[in-house]
Formats: sequence, structure tokens, C-alpha cells
Amino acid sequence: MSAILSGRHGGLLLLALVLALLPLAFPSTYALDVLTNVGIAAIVCVGLNLLIGYAGQISLGHAGFFGIGAYSSAILVTNEGWPPLLAMLTGMALSGALAFAVARPILALRGHYLAMATLGLGIIVSIVLSQEVALTGGPDGMPVDPFTVAGFELATPRAWYVTVALSLLVVTWLALNLVDSPIGRALRAVHGAEIAARVCGVDTAGYKVMVFVLSAVIASYAGSLYAHFAGWLTPDEAGFLRSIQFVTMVVLGGMASTYGAIVGAALLTALPQFLTVFHDYEQVMLGAVMMATMIFLPRGLVPTLAARLGRREG
Amino acid sequence: MSATLLQFVFAGLTVGAIYALIALGFSLIYNASHLINFAQGEFVMLGGLATVFLFAAGLPLPLAAFVSILAAALVGVALYLFGIAPAKGATAVGLIIITIGASILLKGLAGVVFDRNFHTLPPISGEEPLVIAGATLAPQSLWIFGVTALVALLLWLFFARTLWGKAMLAAAFNPLAAELVGVDPRRVVLASFALAGALGALAGYLITPLAPTHFQVGTMLGLKGFAAAIVGGLGSGPGAIVGGLVVGLAESLAAGYLSSAYKDAIAFIIILLVLVLRPSGLFGAKTIERV
Repeated sequence: MSAILSGRHGGLLLLALVLALLPLAFPSTYALDVLTNVGIAAIVCVGLNLLIGYAGQISLGHAGFFGIGAYSSAILVTNEGWPPLLAMLTGMALSGALAFAVARPILALRGHYLAMATLGLGIIVSIVLSQEVALTGGPDGMPVDPFTVAGFELATPRAWYVTVALSLLVVTWLALNLVDSPIGRALRAVHGAEIAARVCGVDTAGYKVMVFVLSAVIASYAGSLYAHFAGWLTPDEAGFLRSIQFVTMVVLGGMASTYGAIVGAALLTALPQFLTVFHDYEQVMLGAVMMATMIFLPRGLVPTLAARLGRREG
Repeated sequence: MSATLLQFVFAGLTVGAIYALIALGFSLIYNASHLINFAQGEFVMLGGLATVFLFAAGLPLPLAAFVSILAAALVGVALYLFGIAPAKGATAVGLIIITIGASILLKGLAGVVFDRNFHTLPPISGEEPLVIAGATLAPQSLWIFGVTALVALLLWLFFARTLWGKAMLAAAFNPLAAELVGVDPRRVVLASFALAGALGALAGYLITPLAPTHFQVGTMLGLKGFAAAIVGGLGSGPGAIVGGLVVGLAESLAAGYLSSAYKDAIAFIIILLVLVLRPSGLFGAKTIERV
């Protein structure tokens, strides 16, 4: 199994296989809904992992971009009657533009300062979304029309699952290719020793901006999917806790491991479904799981397991 | 100064003093361990809610507050002993996630142990507001100013005049050198968590008569306190106080004159401006990184 996971295309093949078999193993509508939510979170995390895991830059505000994508789709499609695909692309362009505009000054910061700046950015987006009541419906949220392309409507849970699973495959493929390219090496150099990388002629600031914008655009894409899938949108989707969830997923699964990001997204999305049996203690359990994983598996699940199996994760 | 302006200034300084107390907790822990404790806001929530419930159980208000502050200090110690100390291999991001996990856990526990309703407390002395130049000032605000000033003075005395305080400063400055002269860095970090817990709970107790508390109130208060600490310069004591007052004033003035809907955004806009223009904060020392 680890031998398959170590190859680039082998890993993708395995992911495709798992994604294809999952609905056969869990055919209920409820399970498909959970799996679709897992897939949407995984798309965000694969992008975010490029920033956090490979380039070593933390973002505590990526739900802001997720929210921009989601609300662009919601507002433009539901209120303005735009075609959903165009609205989605507009959201991605908006997220990318915002990320590009703030990236240089923000990414010049490091550590806790970068964490605070991205956190602030995300919170400002979520506050705007909950205060512009005329546009977004405010804290109560707004309905979102279904996703239609060329007269075909994504309606069944199965259709949604297939769409999200294919999107996840494509995004994963892109991320793996990027990591294996010269850009990926430059990003890891930024992570390892930024000044040394700069001395060697790597345009560190340029690469950091690029990967920040890329991860923001991916998050926005996932946000648009989520808006249509859920059919109802509240500013919580862009909030601080959502940002924290995304970062936790990446770190839980294992930083600098693309498959780790997917595993982390799956665990943290599915976990609350199981934790509902604890009723009032749901939050307590979630917090305890977050703490315990970081204490006992500081490198995250997938890299730790891969190391146990005696192989290095690719 | 017009009465309206004065009114906003009073409100801003009151909430600013609360932010300052929270920011002091951030800076204490940061100095001792270079860690950002995202659970700091939960100490504020604990201080407020525990006092409410102990007071309702029949304890006199000052005793209820004292027990709550002590309890929060113990929670701080527990957070270090069971959350931070065992995480030896954790990265900086890992430690951030541990404290965020602790914050979610404490919030969840508070929702179970206490309840999920809003609660308030009677003010320390009297409800009758003072009228100063047409603006009103609640006596509780005076208590908040006084207690914050006293805390600042005590902390200054502690760090400048006592051996313990100097040991903490030494360990923050250079843990290895401090250890060589007999300071146990673990105990220093432990003390900083206890102090931060107590300061947070004190802030929670003081603000509850003016702003009702709730098991989820900690997140925003914690983030604003963090914002104040960054504005003033992370790790700087006077910076935490000034940062708190600046954030509180800006928030109150913006809410009054610009838009009350965007009151909560102000702190974060200030943060972004400060970080981009002067990343080390108003009082932070400029550092040069060695390669």
C-alpha cells in the first residue's frame, strides 16, 4: 500500500479508486452528503497545504476566500440571475485579486504576525458578509439556487458527489504536479531557509504571492461549489472557526503531504457526524481531539504513518 | 470636547482597559514561551461565568470573583501542564492549534458545566452614573480604570523589584543563561500561564456588569486582546496597555462616528495597518534576524 502511495500517479490512481468505491460502500443519501462535504473541504485543504505545508506560510483566514467564492455564487446567481459557471469564475477572480492585492505586504510578515494578519483579513471578510444585509441576508443567511450548466441541473446527491470527487482529483493532480515542478522546489526552499533561497536567486516574495493567490482561488472554487450544494449560506462559512477548521485539517493530516490534507479533511468533516452521539460534549471532544493529535502526532497522521511503514511520503 | 465625543471616549477607554488586561496575558505568555495562547479569551469567559454562578450560589461577590480568578489561574496551569508541556515535537503551527483546541474544549466545557444563556453581574458599587461635562460614566468604568492601573503598577513592581520577576524576565530573554544561574524555565512558563489566566478572569469579572457574558463570548474578546497586544508590540507590558486603549478608543469612536455595524472590524483593520506599516508594534523593539 505504501509502495502505491509513494508514486505520484500511483497515488492519484489510488485516490480515484477510493473515490469511486466510497459511494458503493456508503450508498445512503446521508453518507453521500457527508462525503460531498468531505470532498469540498479536501479541495480547500489541498490548496491550503501548498501554502502552509510546502511554502511554510500560515493562513488563519482562508475561510474568507471560501466565503467570497460562496457569496459570489449566491449573490450573482440567486439575486442577479447570472449563469452559475460565470458567477463561480467571477468569485475566483475576486478572491484571486484580493489575495494578490494583500499578498505582498502580508507575506512579508512571519510567524505570529502573519497568523494575525491573515486572521484579521478573514474576519474582516466575514464581518462584511454579515453586515451587508441587503446583499447577503446578514447573519441569518441567504438561499442559493441550484447549479446548472447548459440546461443540466446538479440535483441528486450522486451527481454532486461525482462533481466534487472529479474536482478533487483535478485539484490534487494540479497540486502534485506543482510540488514536483521547479516551483515546488522553490516553495520548499522558501520553507526551509528563506534567506538562503533568496541568496540563491529564488524570487521568494514572488513565489509566496503566487501560491497564496493559487490557494485563495482554489478555496473560492470550493466555496462556490459549497454554496450551490448546501442551498443555504450563512456568514459562518467565512468565519474564524471555519478558517481554523481548514488549518487543523491540513495539520492533522500532515503538513507537506497532499494526501494528508485529504485525510485530514475527511477526518475532521466526518468526526462531528460521529461526535453527535456525545450531544453536549461534541465541542469538548473536538477540542480534545485537536489537542491530542498535535501532542501525540506532531507531524500529522499521514507522514507519521508513512514513517512507521518505513517509507518517506512523497 | 463635546459631550457625545466624551461619551465615546469613556466607552472606548472602558473596553480598552479590558482589552489591555487580556493583552497583558498574551504578552506574559509570549515573553515566557514565545507562544500565542489562543485560549486567552476563554479565561475571560471563565472569570465572568464562574463569578456569576458562584455569586448565584450565595457567595459574596468579592469572594466569588476571587475564587473564579484563582480557578482560571489553575486552568492556565492545567493548560500548560497537559497541553503545552507534553507537546515537545510540535511546530509553531501545531502549538497554535493546541491552544485553539484548548479554547474549543474550554468553551464546550463551559457550555456544559454552566449553561448557554447570557448572564450579568451587579456592578461593584452603585448603578448611578456620574455626569461629567454632559457625558455619563458608570462607576464600574472607574473600577475598571482603577483596577487596570493597579494591575499595571503591580506587574511593573513585580518585574522590576522582585527576584521572581527578574527571574522571569531573564528566562524570557535567554532561557539557557537563566537556567545556568538557577532559574527553572518550566516554572517561569507555568507562572506566566497562571498569571495570564488570572488577568483574563479579572477582565471577565470586571466587564460582565457592563456587557453580559455567555459561554461563547471568549473568542472575540480574546482576538481583540491579541490585536491590542500586536498593536502595542507583542511582549511589551506598556505596549499591551497602550495597545488595549488604542484599540478600545478606535473601536468606540468608529462605532459612534462611522458605522456601528463595522465596530468589530475596526480592531482588525488597525491590526492590518499596524502590521504592514510597523510590524513590531508601537512599543516593540526592532529585531534583526540572524541567519
